[in-house]
Amino acid sequence: MHSVIVSHLTKIYGKEKKVAVDDVSFSVDKGEIFGLIGADGAGKTTIFRVLTTLLLPDGGSASVGGLDVVKDFEQIRQTIGYMPGKFSLYQDLTVEENLSFFATLFGTTVAENYELIKDIYVQIAPFKNRRAGKLSGGMKQKLALCCALIHKPNVLFLDEPTTGVDPVSRKEFWEMLKRLKEQDITILLSTTYMDEANLCDRIALIQEGKILSIDTPANIIKSYPDVLFAVKATNMHQLLQQLLRYPERLSSYAFGEFAHFSFKGTPDTDGLVTYLEQHGLKEVMVKTADITIEDSFIKLLG
Amino acid sequence: MRILKFLLVKEFKQIFRNKAILVVIMVMPVIQLIILPLATNFEVKNIALAVVDNDHSDYSRALISKITSSGYFRLSGYCNSYNEALVLVEQDKSDLILQIPPHFESVLLRENSERLFIAVNAINGVKAGLGSGYINEIIQQYNQQLRSKLQVPGKFNLGPTIQIQSSNWYNPNLNYQLFMVPGIMALLVTIVGGFLSALNIVKEKEAGTIEQINVSPVKKYHFVLGKLIPFWILGNVVFTLGLLVAFCIYGIVPLGSLITLYTFVMVYLLAILGFGLLISTFCDTQQQAMLIMFFFIMIFILMGGLFTSIDSMPDWAKMAAKFNPVSYFIAVMRMVIIKGSGLYDIRGHLLTVLGFAIVLNAGAIVNYRKTF
Repeated sequence: MHSVIVSHLTKIYGKEKKVAVDDVSFSVDKGEIFGLIGADGAGKTTIFRVLTTLLLPDGGSASVGGLDVVKDFEQIRQTIGYMPGKFSLYQDLTVEENLSFFATLFGTTVAENYELIKDIYVQIAPFKNRRAGKLSGGMKQKLALCCALIHKPNVLFLDEPTTGVDPVSRKEFWEMLKRLKEQDITILLSTTYMDEANLCDRIALIQEGKILSIDTPANIIKSYPDVLFAVKATNMHQLLQQLLRYPERLSSYAFGEFAHFSFKGTPDTDGLVTYLEQHGLKEVMVKTADITIEDSFIKLLG
Repeated sequence: MRILKFLLVKEFKQIFRNKAILVVIMVMPVIQLIILPLATNFEVKNIALAVVDNDHSDYSRALISKITSSGYFRLSGYCNSYNEALVLVEQDKSDLILQIPPHFESVLLRENSERLFIAVNAINGVKAGLGSGYINEIIQQYNQQLRSKLQVPGKFNLGPTIQIQSSNWYNPNLNYQLFMVPGIMALLVTIVGGFLSALNIVKEKEAGTIEQINVSPVKKYHFVLGKLIPFWILGNVVFTLGLLVAFCIYGIVPLGSLITLYTFVMVYLLAILGFGLLISTFCDTQQQAMLIMFFFIMIFILMGGLFTSIDSMPDWAKMAAKFNPVSYFIAVMRMVIIKGSGLYDIRGHLLTVLGFAIVLNAGAIVNYRKTF
């Protein structure tokens, strides 16, 4: 069953008619973790704001839990949880006060749904009398997640939940999301981190308001059309320069400590090594690379 | 209603947790009511007077001592020539020059008339006008004294004279504070009601908390009422505090009934809160809201009759004052506190402000729908 359905959604901003979301369609199944992956300004937040009934679409339609985002916005607000990209709880209220305030707004209590947030809340419970503004980044995210969950929503919208959070907290955060998934909560999240894409059930790659590809991370990697090589040498800058000039080059870009490279025709690694060594590069090493989501994304951006 | 209760609880928690706002609400009325009425006194005193006495007679000395003992003038120079006195004016040491001609006494006695010369530094128009007015009056009095002294009793009068007796109503002692304190109370209620409510709503926008509220089942009117009610209550608290300070420090007891006063304040707060709300719908940051509110409050107050009388403003300004809620409030405060006006006397003001309340709040709600 589809929990979120978006069809031909379009959103245009301002007088200069900037198209933020351009004819986007996708659907999310119940209990699925669906990721919107894209650079800053790709239109991820706009999609979230339309789905959370904060913004009216200019074209197309969307529904959450079978309810239309324009007509049934009041009912949708009862059944969704939204965690905006920017921390937006009351900084001058304590952890506990924030949580019970949002619980009461939805006509419930913290005790009633404590089971759902228990795993997360125990980590911030020692600071429950501290004001939200005085928490660390990771703690703030956990509190925000608790507040978004406290009314037991059917669909959870997380806009860049891990941006600016340390690696350990990020890992914990994802473990929590996995546990929420087991409770049959649909999770729609956005991220700019490519490594997090692999943790989603399905992902949509977005660029300039358009969806480039929607599939499971594994399928997206599998459908990568070329053979990709990782090249390494002592001087990275010079290596990239020389790769650019190589006649058989299809694409090349820096990727961590390696440069990723693909050939126009049949791969000829020996030829490449010889070429690079002739151009003064030392300790040249070429091997087949493990394709990642990032490679697919770069390929799609073409 | 249940949701509204939770919103109000949250709002009061935040207000009482913000020490700066508490100070503004509790201390500002007291400080302003203590300082402003004492400092903003329009009576001109201590006008620096330079005298050029070319006569040095009993009469001229008597005139000078009469002027200086009036309390309005301070002798800043006793010069030998007009030019010498003018230097004092140029150095800003004197505001006014009184020149007494040579043979003042003898000419006056012989010919029954003599002329005095007064020169005024008119850079400060109010001071110049009042200063020359005062000195004219004192010289007139001196003239009267001389006449009665020189007239032989029993002889018939030289001509008919008109004697003017004036009596001051409502403020018999011309107590300046009685005039200023009610106006300043109006100012305080306006600032707390208008400023704080606008800033508070914009703060929610700025912090993004309004997003969290908007995705919850909280309705717009819940949110708006949740913001208006606390500041409506605080406005009444500040007003009460102002009344107490006025009584404790200046001994001012409203002549009219408290019910009349509070009825008006309650309606007025609705209007000014609506204004704050309207401003907040246009602004995205507290800085914007602050500047816009500052602009309006400045105009409201300077053109509201607190310091200068609206009656003496040009016609266009009088028209503008009709659209200034603060001017009605200041007028009503003075009417009720000083004159003892009742609800019937202020009905026009009350209805006008009620109109403001309806228009401003309606405008705010309509605009609110558009912006979110």
